[in-house]
Amino acid sequence: MRFFPLIWANLTRHKRRTVLTTASVALALFLFASLRSVVTTLKAGADVGSESRMIVQSAKAIVFFLPMSYKERLAAVPGVAAVTWADWFGGVYQDPKNFFASFAADAESYLEMYRSDLELPADQRATFLRERTACIVGQHLLDKFGWRLGQDITLQGTIFQGDWTFTIRGVYRAVDPAFSEDALVFHYSLIYERYPQWVNPGWYVLQLRDPSQAPQVAAAVDSMFKNSADPTKTGTERAFNANFVTMWGNVSFLMNSIGMAVVFAILLVAANSMMLSARERTNEVGILKTVGFTDRLLFALVMAEASVIALGGAVLGLGAAKALYRPTGFSAMGFLPGFDVTAGTLVLGFGIAVLLALASGLVPALQAARLSAVQALRHVE
Amino acid sequence: MKIPLIYNVRSLLRRPVSSATTAVGVALVVAVFIAMLALANGFRMALVRTGSPDNVLVLRKGADSELSSGISRANAAIMAALPQIATGSDGRPLASPEVFVPMSLDAATGGGDRLIVTRGVSAQAFEVRHNVRIVEGRRFASGRDEVIIGSAIAPRLAHSAVGDTIHFAGRGWLVAGHFSSGGSAFESEIWGENEQLMPILRGEFFQVVALRLRSAALFDEVKRILEDDRRLQVDARRESEFYAAQSTILRVILNFLAVFITGIMAIGAVFGAVNTMYAAVASRTGEIAVLLTLGFKPRSILGSFLMEATFLALVGGVLGCLVALPINGIVTSTTNWSSFSTIAFSFLVTPRILLEGVIFSVVMGVLGGYFPARRAARMPVVQAIR
Repeated sequence: MRFFPLIWANLTRHKRRTVLTTASVALALFLFASLRSVVTTLKAGADVGSESRMIVQSAKAIVFFLPMSYKERLAAVPGVAAVTWADWFGGVYQDPKNFFASFAADAESYLEMYRSDLELPADQRATFLRERTACIVGQHLLDKFGWRLGQDITLQGTIFQGDWTFTIRGVYRAVDPAFSEDALVFHYSLIYERYPQWVNPGWYVLQLRDPSQAPQVAAAVDSMFKNSADPTKTGTERAFNANFVTMWGNVSFLMNSIGMAVVFAILLVAANSMMLSARERTNEVGILKTVGFTDRLLFALVMAEASVIALGGAVLGLGAAKALYRPTGFSAMGFLPGFDVTAGTLVLGFGIAVLLALASGLVPALQAARLSAVQALRHVE
Repeated sequence: MKIPLIYNVRSLLRRPVSSATTAVGVALVVAVFIAMLALANGFRMALVRTGSPDNVLVLRKGADSELSSGISRANAAIMAALPQIATGSDGRPLASPEVFVPMSLDAATGGGDRLIVTRGVSAQAFEVRHNVRIVEGRRFASGRDEVIIGSAIAPRLAHSAVGDTIHFAGRGWLVAGHFSSGGSAFESEIWGENEQLMPILRGEFFQVVALRLRSAALFDEVKRILEDDRRLQVDARRESEFYAAQSTILRVILNFLAVFITGIMAIGAVFGAVNTMYAAVASRTGEIAVLLTLGFKPRSILGSFLMEATFLALVGGVLGCLVALPINGIVTSTTNWSSFSTIAFSFLVTPRILLEGVIFSVVMGVLGGYFPARRAARMPVVQAIR
């Protein structure tokens, strides 16, 4: 520790270089943390949804409806505690760019099914259920458009033609941050009044009595409808959500490759800067050796200098990422709800910083240690 | 008088490791930049090539995609009867009323399934969409359970070889052939006869009608006629614009990512260049003094060092282009959220993107070299020569 003033003096000799190098390490790790958080947030999104709920969808494709009559038959399957259903509405609010999810649902059973995931005040819940044209929206969505409770909002139907006006009677908060707060849910019966022949369940949600029975329930449901006009495909809610995530394509591969390129590019910058410093100090190293500094100590001094830069950069970069995203509620326009830098990412980021320190300091440190004092003093830059 | 460039090149070569790390740093930034733009561009081109400016795509009023559209048989017949519609070799109007449904199909590898657009087309479709070519096998035969599969998606699906039977919608379909369409999104689709696919899919209506115009200039007239017809209740879009618009969301995301990621990377690389150039200036104090004494103007010194930094970055930029070039043509896939289905497309590196990458590297060089070069130019001779 008594050498700290020496390390500090070396670092502050070229203040500009130290600052720039530390800043580039910080930028690299900020970028690394951002990219990796995209991957972890997508993964967290895939893990939303419980293992004790199952989704029944048409085996043909998700865009096909299932008959409403399946509700009673599904409820009768052994192991099923409750059934609800919903359908994708796909309304446009003012401009197609204002995209958010909107569902027509069998409201009462739907809220019951998601009671533990959605925080909805009891009075709002009761008003919503009582009122035919009411809807509930997520807190984030409400804030995004500056809506307020009791306001009428009009959506243009893309699947169900026409204008649809809903009154906001409830605002829910998601218990799990990865659960989307960018959705609107309303009574399917509203569509039923206008298009009785069209509205049907897009998917059913089953509550299981016991999550371990999932395979048996899936097999029972799918075999029950196998030879009907509308065969089903049943899986856990988690698998259903995970499937949506894979639809983006190989995002993690893309993010990881870019992350590697970023880290490698910054390694070059840091290593270069350490080597520049080392070269300028060849004379000094000779003097230090002459006054009795050991090879090992000189090696350690250079390594310590590299570590201060790398770890200082890591603290700044990772700290900025951690401080920036979650507190500002960043969600990439609703695509990545609950975007956050996880502890795992921070640990990995510091791991990279340590490697960076080792890799950038190693060559100059070895040079310093191996240099013979006579040669160093003779060296003229 | 200008200082010859060879002086800069030799100076760079005297510090090979430092020059190389700086150039490679710039190269990595440029390579990532090009790769991301090539991804966005590939996706866009796949959709742009799908539509033809000579074609009109008719959807139900208010429908934002083929998926949410619906058009009755009677209305499809009304549209085909317009005099502005081109006629085919058999004298019939070039109109293709189409059934459009994404189906879950088994992936070739890794289990799981993919949503693939299944399009039921009329016999005229091959003249309406004139870039569609059979590359293996033959067309599907009318009245049979046969389909043809797009060449981009075929390798990603199970049971998709010519002669195999592929199962969907509760039936087996003979794969009669594979088709290409100039790298467009159709290559990610399965085509069959509309009359075969309609009853088992979504009932007695088509999703869209594609019409070929006698001339692209007739579009506005036809659009007006179709949209004013109160029986029809439809929106008419130019096919090329309709498909190009589907790439907007993803393109915005990818372009934002490209700018965000490479912007931050570039700042890091510029810092690296600044360090290198300052060190270069510091270690060449004597040389600079000699140049000044010889009568070179400070402006020439500034230009020379700036040139050196730019040259170094340019080498990095070209290197980055070379590194990124092999990704051209690599096929990847994502979901086209407008149709909810898988679309396979290739990274597309264009000369324009390469040029942008090189310009980007030059900008980095100028930014990284300016301040060190200014310091070199402002050096007091007397002090420097000591």
